Amino acid sequence: MKIRILKALLRKEVKLMKRNPLIPKIIVGMPLMVMLVLPLVANLEVKNAGVTIVDNDRSQLSRRIAADIDASDYLSVKEIACTHDEAMKSIEDGKADVILTIPSHYSRDLAQGNVDIDIEANGVNATKGMLGAQYVSQSVMGTLKQWRSENGMSVDLPETSVINLYNPTLNFRNYMIPALIVVLLIIICGFLPALNLVSEKESGTIEAMNVTPVSRLAFVLSKLIPFWVVGMIVVTVGMTVGWLVYGLTPAGNIGAIYLAAILFSLALSGLGVTIANKSATMLQSIFVMFAFIMIFQLMSGLFTPIRSMPEWAQYITYAIPPRYFIEIMRSVYLKGAGIIDLWPQYAAIAAFALFFSALAAATYSKRN
Amino acid sequence: MSVAIEVAGVTKRYGSLTALDNVSFKVENGEMFGLIGPDGAGKSTLYKILATLTAPDAGSATVCGLDTVKDYSKLRTLIGYMPEKFSLYQDLSVSENLHFFASLFGVSIKDNYDIIAPVFSQLERFPNRKAGALSGGMKQKLALSCALIHRPEILLLDEPTTGVDAVSRSEFWDMLSTLREKRITILVSTSYMDEATRCERIALINKGKILCINTPEGLVAGLDENLYNAVSAHMFELLTRLRELPEVEDCYTFGATLHVVGTKDFNPETVKRKLSEEGLKDVEIFLAKGDIEDLFIKLTRGER
Repeated sequence: MKIRILKALLRKEVKLMKRNPLIPKIIVGMPLMVMLVLPLVANLEVKNAGVTIVDNDRSQLSRRIAADIDASDYLSVKEIACTHDEAMKSIEDGKADVILTIPSHYSRDLAQGNVDIDIEANGVNATKGMLGAQYVSQSVMGTLKQWRSENGMSVDLPETSVINLYNPTLNFRNYMIPALIVVLLIIICGFLPALNLVSEKESGTIEAMNVTPVSRLAFVLSKLIPFWVVGMIVVTVGMTVGWLVYGLTPAGNIGAIYLAAILFSLALSGLGVTIANKSATMLQSIFVMFAFIMIFQLMSGLFTPIRSMPEWAQYITYAIPPRYFIEIMRSVYLKGAGIIDLWPQYAAIAAFALFFSALAAATYSKRN
Repeated sequence: MSVAIEVAGVTKRYGSLTALDNVSFKVENGEMFGLIGPDGAGKSTLYKILATLTAPDAGSATVCGLDTVKDYSKLRTLIGYMPEKFSLYQDLSVSENLHFFASLFGVSIKDNYDIIAPVFSQLERFPNRKAGALSGGMKQKLALSCALIHRPEILLLDEPTTGVDAVSRSEFWDMLSTLREKRITILVSTSYMDEATRCERIALINKGKILCINTPEGLVAGLDENLYNAVSAHMFELLTRLRELPEVEDCYTFGATLHVVGTKDFNPETVKRKLSEEGLKDVEIFLAKGDIEDLFIKLTRGER
């Protein structure tokens, strides 16, 4: 491979990239869009879960339970219903997510011993229902504890205290931002250069290239190098937005992030070039890439933890490169882990980079 | 080295389709050789083999004394190939395209300007126009300039005049003639039979087979047919009637007239009388001079 040829090809690529009506906009617009909007929108926290209370007791205690629930950040009392049927209606109308039923003579019976209290949750939105019911039960427990101690009763409930490590406020954004940078790299380093390659096939320019002394390696490199550079810029922009807008900085070394980003870009470019080699038109390659993007996003642990997938699916995730990069990003960002702690993940990405580059080289052919 | 291109027994199949069937021919150094045949005859496949883009299934092709399969990388610096489809970067300007190809081959435009001058001079007026914004004829000139910039010994032009207007086509052939004076061997293909006479020697090719190879004059001279023109106000009726006559071997439209190939017994006066009895009174029949197209029709008659 001659450096002169690669230089000429790169100059051409940069010129064409600048003149492309879409690519520069995607490169600038997409990272900003993803980093500024998605962390706010992609949020699994439950806030303002609606509670309807069926108060059959109508005592000082039951009113206090209701007031404490309403005072919580996460819950709001929508209605005090007279009957359970009325309360069910408010769930059916979508007003409430949880029903709390306080039995009659609750405060009187409580003095004699423990009495059951009913909590029902709407399971359609599983997360909201589950968390809502949990919050209601926590709130009721708190009220009861205080009430007992005020009335000189024994407080026999165990004390639990939870400290969230690495992400003390359980801020979902801190969990998402490192992973979103991975998504950006998947698209910019994996799929844009591949589409660029296929477009040369579609326009027929690859024909003319193939009859020149341009080697296959130089040609493919000329497609990848600009996007690698862009990819690193995007990682930098992503981290800067994370810092300036969300106040999130990596707890670990930035170098560890860049090393992972470089290895990951190599792996994804290899995959992209392989897809490009096997497709004749842009449409074909877009469909194949779309399938990969779906699997990458849903199975890499981006939104849902890998540990909560079925066991067979967990094995599949070992074959998904972004899984390792997301693990690295979260560990470095939140836990402050270093390259040495994460060497299995780095080794896995490096292996993918080698494998996909070899596959790309094997499937590229100057003859047909 | 007097032979520039030698194709020996080349066969190429795509699945069940045989694109080239045992094709052999030679092109002399400095010659302008035409491949004439309809679409789908196998011309582009032959170009792909000669341009080292694909390997033949059987037989061998040698260009500049180099095998197109074994010595492909060395060969690529010696040939200039212009594919049928416009294959320059549409978003690069005229001069950017030219500079790009020059730098790929490591040559300077200044040193090689003499060779592209006859082609490129018309493009010099708008060096900054995007290649995609050029007219069809101008695009071809730019593509030819880019194929020539590294001073190739052999120029492979695959249907360079398809989709180009008649005036530009004629200009393009004039430019090829000037290139030939610079001792560049040119292999050019076309599906326009009238362009065949601009070549020194031509090969007629159809369905993957070479039908004959000769100079255009030699080919036309070899057309020993009893050929007539026939005209009438009712051309379609005339065509069907003539085809029914026993003394007519073949009849086909040829421009504004019909070409009639008669057997030995064909007599224009007798035929005119017969047609007049059938109601076609305005028929005129006179001797015609055959050309390459008539020859092509004659050679492919058995297959139709």
